[in-house]
Amino acid sequence: MTLSPLNILLFGVVLLLAVGFYGLLITRNLIKIVLVLQILVKAAMLALVLAGKASGNLGLGQSVAATVIVADTIVAVVALALAVQVRRRTGTLDVAKISTLRG
Amino acid sequence: MENLSYLVLSLAAAFCAYRAMISKHLLPSTLYLACVSAIVSISLYMLGAFEVAVIELSVGAGLVTVLLVYTLSVVGDDTYDPTSIIPKPFAILLIAAIAVLAGWMAYPVVIHPTANGEVLLADVLWKHRVLDVWVQVALIFSGVMGVLGLLSEKHQQPKEQDESQVLEKEETIAAHAKQEIHV
Repeated sequence: MTLSPLNILLFGVVLLLAVGFYGLLITRNLIKIVLVLQILVKAAMLALVLAGKASGNLGLGQSVAATVIVADTIVAVVALALAVQVRRRTGTLDVAKISTLRG
Repeated sequence: MENLSYLVLSLAAAFCAYRAMISKHLLPSTLYLACVSAIVSISLYMLGAFEVAVIELSVGAGLVTVLLVYTLSVVGDDTYDPTSIIPKPFAILLIAAIAVLAGWMAYPVVIHPTANGEVLLADVLWKHRVLDVWVQVALIFSGVMGVLGLLSEKHQQPKEQDESQVLEKEETIAAHAKQEIHV
């Protein structure tokens, strides 16, 4: 059985998603969490364009991917600004140390 | 040949993403993320999504990288603490299960022939998905306003200095008045 190019790309998307989820689970640094989120969103965007290509509607896939890029960039910008403020106020970027809502 | 290029691109993207995740310092992680962005852009270009490939290359590999480097220059490059909150074997097991499930649900990708021919991105974006465009405009505006609000620093030190100077002047005046009364 020969794999088509889209199936090979699907393999890459799953790999990227796995790396992103794993990083999200084990990371404690706020800036690195933003970075790992970027990896996850890139995988999702590639999957959207892949689905558009497979369904024969590449324009729709590209349109949704463009929206995802904009939303992801805004999320990254606001999250980085929040990280700067957190560092200024608490002196650390470790999410385990800055959690003050402990029961 | 096309299969080989897609395989190489996929493996390179996964390798760069893994290096970005496990790197001890944040600056190499940022550069690896830019590499992931560039590789994803090449994949998008090969898929025929030219416009999104250009946007991804300029925004993902350009703007986000610059933002991350600027943030690192402000907060400093912290050494990454490798101890995770949850056990790593459990995380690997969970992620393997998720990856197998996702691959099982999506595989195989079958290309459906287009009934109405190829639809241009501009037609989709400006005619069928106009709401998305307005949402993007609102997102960009709110993002810029949010960043301006978050990064603005309140300069309260000059006011405090003024108040302290006024207090010192009042104290000196009161001391002079006391000396005159004693005299």
